[in-house]
Amino acid sequence: MTRATITQAQPTRYSRILAVGGVRGEQVVTNDDVAGPIDSSDEWIRQRTGIVTRRRAGDDVDVLDLAEGAARIVLERAGLTGADVDTVIVATSTHQHQTPSAAAIVADRVGANPAAAYDVSAACAGYTYAIAQADALVRSGAAQHVLVIGAEKMSGFVDPTDRTISFLLGDGAGAALVGPSDTPGIGPTVWGSDGSKHTAIRQTHAWDAIKDDPSLGYPTLRQDGPTVFKWASFQMAPVAAKALAEAGVSADQIQAFVPHQANMRIIDQMIKQLGLPETVAIGRDIADTGNTSAASIPLAMDRLVAEGQVASGDLALQIGFGAGLVFAAQVVVIP
Amino acid sequence: MAATEQEVLAGLAEIVSEETGLPTDAVLLEKSFTDDLDIDSLSMMTIVTHCEDKFDVRIPDEDVKNLTTVGDAVSYITKAQA
Repeated sequence: MTRATITQAQPTRYSRILAVGGVRGEQVVTNDDVAGPIDSSDEWIRQRTGIVTRRRAGDDVDVLDLAEGAARIVLERAGLTGADVDTVIVATSTHQHQTPSAAAIVADRVGANPAAAYDVSAACAGYTYAIAQADALVRSGAAQHVLVIGAEKMSGFVDPTDRTISFLLGDGAGAALVGPSDTPGIGPTVWGSDGSKHTAIRQTHAWDAIKDDPSLGYPTLRQDGPTVFKWASFQMAPVAAKALAEAGVSADQIQAFVPHQANMRIIDQMIKQLGLPETVAIGRDIADTGNTSAASIPLAMDRLVAEGQVASGDLALQIGFGAGLVFAAQVVVIP
Repeated sequence: MAATEQEVLAGLAEIVSEETGLPTDAVLLEKSFTDDLDIDSLSMMTIVTHCEDKFDVRIPDEDVKNLTTVGDAVSYITKAQA
């Protein structure tokens, strides 16, 4: 008996980002608003992080609302509807349900039901992880239009008395629509992890610890700031440089650098390590938005486009890095 | 070849000067990184990283908090090279 031959999905050669956009929490939270409980000041926070304000969402807005808002913007910009989307990936670490995923709910809300939908847990690298997946799905023929959303309501994990990370955090969602392309639009992703440093950025305690000791309360975030600074500044720059090399471009051939918006001093040190020329526009959205984890890169890119600092067709180097530790970098063509 | 304490101090002073803008002759053994040289924990990590590269030593993050003065760092690096 001869066995039948199955058909495999037909690959397409290239993928690209068709549209990018996002939403920020509506509340503007100043340094003075957060300085009191950590015995700090506007000056200290600015000097230490470059943050002037952070944007946070109100109690009536959750991470799904933020994700939906970003999704609707990119669909409109791409000239598509939810029905055109066959895969939805939400990168988040602040969705309030272990299951079901944020992606399935958001897909339904924006009319993409019955698109494949799942969440990615890669913290602040979630967006660039999801772009890597979207690129692979489109080029393999497994998907046609992938809606990638980085969405976070970080304020839900804030301890106002924590001096390590809470005062950095903001809320928002950034999205990109990834689809097939006639020309190369997403360079090879350089990505990885280092779980030996899993405590460098961490949740204060596990969910099941609360069952044993309810007094622990809802968990919040902590980080070893200097350790994370050193890792991000000096070990992530070579990752970003490798993404440039694998895309076949040099630092003076890109128009934008959009790193995860963790801390302005990390951004400045990475620019130095990469030797980026002054002609490269830098994503510095953190100054007004704060650190929005998986949302920060698409929000920063959207801002560079909105401010006219980059144009469609320009090349941007983007790198996400965060809790895990995990990281992912790629060069993309700006839609 | 391992550097002498004098050579480590000179190299460290250059690194501190590059990071802070202070003149190299302000970087003296008895100076406290935090109190005298106004170096915060993030700048300290930059200095440590450059020291690791320059002197080919490894300075674990957990040891950095013990490097209070320039002299602490010089003796740590000198010993680590031995």
